[in-house]
Parts: sequence; C-alpha cells; structure tokens
Amino acid sequence: MENLIALLVAAPLLGAAVLLCGGRRLDRAGHWVGTLLAAASFVIGVVLFLDMLGKGAEDRALHQKLFSWIPVEGFQADVAFQLDQLSMTFVLLITGVGTLIHIYSIGYMAHDERRRRFFGYLNLFLAAMLILVIADNYLLLYVGWEGVGLASYLLIGFWQHKPSAATAAKKAFLVNRVGDMGLSIAIMLMFTTFGTFAFGPVLGATGQTSEGKLTAIGLMLLLAACGKSAQVPLQSWLGDAMEGPTPVSALIHAATMVTAGVYLIVRSGAIFNAAPDAQLAVVVVGAVTLLFGAIVGCAKDDIKKALAGSTMSQIGYMILAAGLGPIGYVFAIMHLVTHGFFKAGLFLGAGSVMHGMNDEVDMRKFGGLRTYMPVTFITFGLGYLAIIGFPGLSGFFSKDKIIEAAFAKGGAEGWILGSVALLGAAITAFYMTRVMLLTFFGEKRWQPDAQGNEPHPHESPKSMTIPMIILAFGSVFAGGLFSIGDRFLNWLEPVTGHSHGHAPVSAATVTAATMVVLVIGVAIAWAMYGRKPVPVVAPRGSLLTRAARRDLLQDDFNHVVLVRGGEHLTRSLVYVDHTLVDGVVNGTAASMGGLSGRLRKLQNGYARSYAVSMFGGTAVVIAATLLMRAV
Amino acid sequence: MTGLAAAASQTSTGEAFQFWVLGTVAVIGALSTVLMKKAVHSALSLAGTMIVLAVFYLANGAYFLGVVQIVVYTGAIMMLFLFVVMLVGVTAADSLKETLKGQRWLAAGCGIGFGVLLIAGIGNASLNSFNGLGTANAEHGGNIEGLASLIFTKYVFAFEITGALLITATVGAMVLTHRERTERAKTQREMSEERVRGKQLPPLPAPGVYARHNAVDIPGLLPDGTPSELTVMQTLRNRGQIRDVSNESLDQLKALEQRSEERLGRDNEDEEVAK
Amino acid sequence: MNPVNYLYLAALLFTIGAAGVLIRRNAIVVFMCVELMLNACNLAFVTFSRMHGNLDGQIIAFFTMVVAAAEVVVGLAIIVSVFRSRHSASVDDASLMKL
Repeated sequence: MENLIALLVAAPLLGAAVLLCGGRRLDRAGHWVGTLLAAASFVIGVVLFLDMLGKGAEDRALHQKLFSWIPVEGFQADVAFQLDQLSMTFVLLITGVGTLIHIYSIGYMAHDERRRRFFGYLNLFLAAMLILVIADNYLLLYVGWEGVGLASYLLIGFWQHKPSAATAAKKAFLVNRVGDMGLSIAIMLMFTTFGTFAFGPVLGATGQTSEGKLTAIGLMLLLAACGKSAQVPLQSWLGDAMEGPTPVSALIHAATMVTAGVYLIVRSGAIFNAAPDAQLAVVVVGAVTLLFGAIVGCAKDDIKKALAGSTMSQIGYMILAAGLGPIGYVFAIMHLVTHGFFKAGLFLGAGSVMHGMNDEVDMRKFGGLRTYMPVTFITFGLGYLAIIGFPGLSGFFSKDKIIEAAFAKGGAEGWILGSVALLGAAITAFYMTRVMLLTFFGEKRWQPDAQGNEPHPHESPKSMTIPMIILAFGSVFAGGLFSIGDRFLNWLEPVTGHSHGHAPVSAATVTAATMVVLVIGVAIAWAMYGRKPVPVVAPRGSLLTRAARRDLLQDDFNHVVLVRGGEHLTRSLVYVDHTLVDGVVNGTAASMGGLSGRLRKLQNGYARSYAVSMFGGTAVVIAATLLMRAV
Repeated sequence: MTGLAAAASQTSTGEAFQFWVLGTVAVIGALSTVLMKKAVHSALSLAGTMIVLAVFYLANGAYFLGVVQIVVYTGAIMMLFLFVVMLVGVTAADSLKETLKGQRWLAAGCGIGFGVLLIAGIGNASLNSFNGLGTANAEHGGNIEGLASLIFTKYVFAFEITGALLITATVGAMVLTHRERTERAKTQREMSEERVRGKQLPPLPAPGVYARHNAVDIPGLLPDGTPSELTVMQTLRNRGQIRDVSNESLDQLKALEQRSEERLGRDNEDEEVAK
Repeated sequence: MNPVNYLYLAALLFTIGAAGVLIRRNAIVVFMCVELMLNACNLAFVTFSRMHGNLDGQIIAFFTMVVAAAEVVVGLAIIVSVFRSRHSASVDDASLMKL
C-alpha cells in the first residue's frame, strides 16, 4: 500500500511534464490526459482511503521513504511521505475537487487555444499540493508550498495578455514570498532547535523545548499561513487573484491552496499547543480576517471578488478554529472540507454565470438569471445555503461547531471570539444573500459588453454542470455525513487530538443564536436588494462601503506603509551608501592617491636628493646608536 | 704606568701648535673645496688640504703614508682631477645656485646634525690612552718595515686583490673612455683625391677680417662685404656658433673704433681705466 | 694637546665633504668631496693606529688610498664619457631615474 503514495504525486506530476513538454501535438488530447491523470490520482487516493478504513485507528498512518534527498552529516533530508488521517482528508479533497474542476475546465476553457498548458499547470498544482499535504517533513512540505505558489502564479497570470492578470500574478507571488520567508525561517529555527525537520521528531519534542523558541517558530508558521491563506496582514493578493480563470479560483483560491495555511497550523498543532502566545496570535488573525473578508465581501460588485472576500472570511473561521487548539483543530479541518465543496461549487457556479454572460463579472449587470440557467441556479443556491449555514447543510454543521468551539475557549476570550464568529455568520448570511439576489433574482439588468454583444444567457455544457452538481451534493451532505455520530471527529482525533473545552452556553443555545443572526443577515439583505430594484451603477454608499470596495484600503495601506516606506528606506540607505560607505572607501582611495602623489615627488631622479636621504638616514642610525648606548 | 699613559695621551707643544695652525688650514681648504665656484679652485684647495693631512700623518708616526699621501694623492690623483677639469671645461651649469628645492637646507641640517652627533660620539668615547707607535715600529725595525711585514704576511690576500682591483680599474677606465671607429681611416691618397675633386681647391679662407676680431667664430668677409661661412670651422658651423657680423654690427664696430681712436688720441690713461 | 683632536678634525672634514657631495652639482667637485671624506677617514685610521699602538690602522689607510685611486680612475672615466654624450658634468642632468 505504501508504494501507492508516491503514485498519488507521480500521476499529476507526469501529467504536468507531458503536457508542458509535449508541445502542440498534445493540443487536441491534452485536457483528457490531464483529467485522466488527476482522476487516476483520485482513484489511488480512494483505494488508499478504503485501505485505511480497514485498519485500526492507531496503525492507519502510512509511511514511505522514497530516497535520501540531502544526506549530509547532521542534516538529513529525505523525500519521504506520510499518509495519516489528516493527509488522507486533504488528498481526497484535493484529488476529488481537483478532478471535478479538471472536468469543468474542459468545457470552460474549450475556446482557449492554450488549454493544454492550462491543464499542465493544473496538474502541476495538484502534484505540488499533494506533496505539501503528504510530506513527512517540513522541508519537503516547503517544496510543495513553493510548488503551489508557482502554480498559483502561473494560473493567476494565465491570461497574461491582460495587464491586470499579469500584475495580479506578480502581486500574489510577491505577497506569498513574505509568507514563504516566514516558513523558511520557521524551518531554520526548527533545525537549530530540534536538529531535524521531520514531523515526528519535531512535534514529539515540543515538551522539552523552551516556550520562547516555540513561540518564535509558531509566529513564523503563522506568517507563512497568513501568506498562503490570505489572512490579515498578507490578505491583499487574494482579491486580485480572481483575474485568473474561474476554475483556478475555485480550485486554488477557494478549495485547496489557500487552505494550506490551515493545514500547516493544524499539522504543527503540537507547537502551537505548547506556545499559547502564538496561539493567541493565530486566533486574533483568524478573527480579524473573518470580519475583514466578510466586510469586503459585502461591498464588492464583482461576483468573483465577493466570493474571494467570502473565502478569506471562511478561512478566517478555520484559522480561528485552528488557533483554539485541540478544541478546534478537527472543526477547522471539517469546515475546510465542507468549504472546499461549497466554495468550489459557488465559484464554478459563478464561472458558469460568467460563461453565459459574455464573461461579465459585475453582479449589478446580472439579475433574473434563475430561469435561464436552472442547473447553475440550483447548484449555486445549494452552495449558498450551505455557506450561510442553513440547517442540515454542510456549512451549518461545520460553522456551528466552530462557533461553539470559540465559546468553549472559555473566559472573556471565548466570549469575544464567539461573538466575532457569530457576527461573521450574520455578515456571511448578508453578503451571500446579496450575491444570490443580485445574480439570480430581480429584473434583468443585462448590458451589452464592450463589443456591443447583447448577452444571451444559457445553461453551460454538461462537462461544466456535472461537476457543479457533484459539488452541490457535497455541499448538502458532507456536513451531515461528517457530524452525525462524530464520524469526522473520531477519524481525525488520533492525529490532531481533541478536547471539548468548557462551553459557557449549551450547544443548542449557540445553534439558536446562529439561526437568529442568520435570519437577521438574510432579512437585511432582502430588505436592501430583494424588495427594491437594484441600480446598475453602484450608489456612492457610506464611508465603510466605499472603503470596503477598496478592500478596506488594504492596497493603500500597503502602498503607504510598505512601498513608500520601502522607498524612503531605500533612499536613505542609498544616501548613507553614497555618502558614508562610498565616502569612506573613496576617501581612503583618494587620500592614498594623494599621499602617493606626494611621496612620488620624493622619487625625483636627482641623485643628490637620494644622497640627502641616505645621509639623513645615517645620522638617524648614529643618533639611535648613541641613544641606546646612553640608555 | 699612569704617568706613562698620561704622557702618551699628551702631545708635545710643537705638535699642538702645528695641529692648530695646519688644522685651521685643512678646514679652510675643505670649506673652499666645497664653496669655490670653479672646479680648478676646488681642486687646488683640496690639494692643499691633502698636503696638510700628509703632514698630520707624519706627525702621527705614519711616515710611509705621509709620503704616499703626497705622491699618490696630491701628485697623481689631484693631477688627474685637473686633467679632467681641463677636458670637461668649465660649464655654465657649474654655478652655486641651488636648483633643487630645499636641498641646501636639508643638506645643511643633515650635515650639522651628523657632525654634532659624530663629535659627540667621539667626545663620549673616553679615548684617553694613547699608546704611541714606538713599540709597534720597533718590532720590525721601523715604520716602513713594519707595514711591509704586515702587508706581505697578514694582509697579503687583500694586497693581491687590490692589485687586481687596480688592473680592473685601469681596464675599466680605458673601456669607458675608448671610442670605437665606425669607419676606416682615410689614407693620405684618398684625402688628396677628395680635395681635388671637391669644390674648394685652395685652402679655406682664414676667419676674421680685422686684427682685433680674428677669432675662430667670426667669419671672414668676401670682397663685397658679405660674410663667408667657409672661413669658420665646420664644428662651429654645425653648432651654429657663428658670431653675427652683419653690416650693422660692422658699422657699430667702425664707430666704436673711431671713438676709441679719438679717446686714445686725447688721453692714454683714461683708456687704460676704461678697459 | 690630546691627540683625540685629530679625530675631531677628521669628523669635521668628513662632514664638510658629505655636505659638499650634497650641495655641489658639478660631478668633478662632487668627486673631490668624496675624496675629502676618504681622506678624513684615513686621518682617523692613522690616529687610531697611534692610539692603539699597532700598525693595522695604517694598513687600512693604505688600502683605502689604493682603492680611492682605482675609484678615481673609474669615476673620472665615467664623468668624461657622460660629458661626451650629454655635454654636461652636472649630476642633476643625469636624472633619468625618476618615475
């Protein structure tokens, strides 16, 4: 069984190699190759999963060492895989959703002449993401981490002929770099602290390590997670990343890659458990991002950017849960999986809408689409119900658990976090209802596109609708499947551990409160967008709305603080370099030159001058001799 | 013993008198060697100093060296100097004006410092016991015999090497001053043939036209009054050292001669003074 | 009088000769000054010979004279050949040793 683990990665990696190196010959069959290999990976994942189910909880973890990567004395890095329940969850999510999105892309990208390359990049992403989640050490995880960053960069900038896409790709890459630096520093710290970076020894040795070091490692890991998962303060790239093709947004920037941060934190749970300060930072980041993303999502008129804000907010939930420690790890992952289903479904639905509307993304120019694309409407609607936490659907179970866990944190902290999570639930209900109403309800507000083509909304082809339907099933049933009988909890507990905490209020109360805020959120949205007609041109809006439209001034902040600050720093450094460093260097050189120029005059070629020096030297020697005798 | 040492450390009054007088002469001679403007004067002053030194050698009991000093130094070496001075001539560059910046001050400073240190060193050395050469000379029956026995026994190698050095120096001087002929010397026959075939058959005209100006660098005048360069030696012509005797200067000369004629006629004494 | 005065005289003559070497530009006079310095040394040697009561000092003086003679011969030959090629006996004119 162990040998299959490598095949998990090998299949999409082979696909990427074949598709990217194969050239134009593969243009006609490329998408099938890519999809088949992704599906093969999924099948292998399922086989492994079934095998794992057949074993006892304790010996489920599989381990495979492929080869010694960097065998240096005292620095042993292996390419070795570890497949435990946590990794398995991710493998199934990645390969499953990945395969669906491959299928969807066949239709979505049908008219793109570079479709083969797109599938190559998707396969590359799958391979890197699988390496990330099944690596048995942090160094190999870092390889996958960088690999998904690369794939994300390539896919965001896939339509590189659009300057906005090229810029967005660069932005994502640069912001991710900050996080990656955090991860690499964390790995270095681990190496100096533990002498290794394999999960087992590192996480097993946290008990014997000082809290300060663990806090430092934890904060660096958090920085890495912030970069990859678009958490405050490294959140700015996600909105722009929507410039990429919609399947990319669904797969990478909603379902899988952006959740890598959550995986990292849950995987490193032992470190965070032993470093409460780092854990506090995690929950703060999660809570802030939760609200930040939600507020941004409320104001965006671009359907994909609204969903991106939502993604940010939902990942905020997960990070918040992961920051709660053993109370929340399982729920973080559970929400991650359900979110993977419904958010991928929502994005695919959004892609389907855009497909039918001449690639229009402004929701104010949609309206009344429910009759024109019924499948999209139903699947999107199910995703919508799932995300707002409609009772019985996936989001209801997973989000509810997180809110409960937040309260269970205990003390003032628990109340604050719980309230934030509740508030987030209300805002989620609001903005998702807004998206729903603007897109599928109300009167038609369609506008001709730049070329003057009137949109003719139509249902998308089967290759696109089938994945949406499957994901809708996931959105509806995954939560219940996981939660009823605590199946998911039992599944993951051997890896992440679990504690119930001490909830100050009963689970039923929390659920009721959640329902109340849900209804409030939906009601406000209905009052604002459902009852009265929606203007095509966005009204000016309040100060908060305008700020939220500008992503709560994140780019302005970055510009002022980082870009300007960096410029000033650079300028002052250049000044120091020119005046001080160059001054010293040039001054030394100049003074040496001047000194030499003066000394050179001693060498005047006149024998008598030389004779004077000799004579003076003799006098000095005599003087020295006499002096020494006198002494 | 102390009395003997004290006696040896003192010289006779006669020698003291001689030292102070001739010592002064030697210092003056040395100073004028350095300070005299003309090389010939310097050489003569140096010769004087050397003679004085010869006397001092004699006074110090080095009879052989005293004589050698006079014969070799004053007689041979200084004459060699004078010959070279004659060969090289007195050049315009030989002024006492210093051209190197600060050289004179540096030289004076170093010289004074050096001299003071040297004299202080000698004064410091507590040289009070003078043994005299009596016993050393008596050992071999005289100063010259004593030197000879040392030279041909103890210092015989040095002596032989000195001989080699002298031979080398002689050969070196010859090599340095020798000039290789670059072409075959002309025979008398060739020279006469050359003269007959050349432009100028008779001897070249003599330089100068007036009795007072028949210097070699003044060309003779042709019958029409123009100067003829042929009358001036070829070397001077090549160097361009022909004195200008154009018509104007001839006129000036004429006027000058006329004036001096008049003055001669009036007062012979005045003319003498004016000269 | 103490015979050590001869040494003082020798030191004085030596210093005058050395200053002359530094001050004069005519190579012949420079040479004369060198001879003066050699003679001053000879005087010191002779005086030391008397002081210590052996003849070695005089021997050294004798050899100095011989070497000086050889040196003068070569030196003057050099001066003559330099004068032939440069038409000058000034030591400052032979200043090709500068950078």
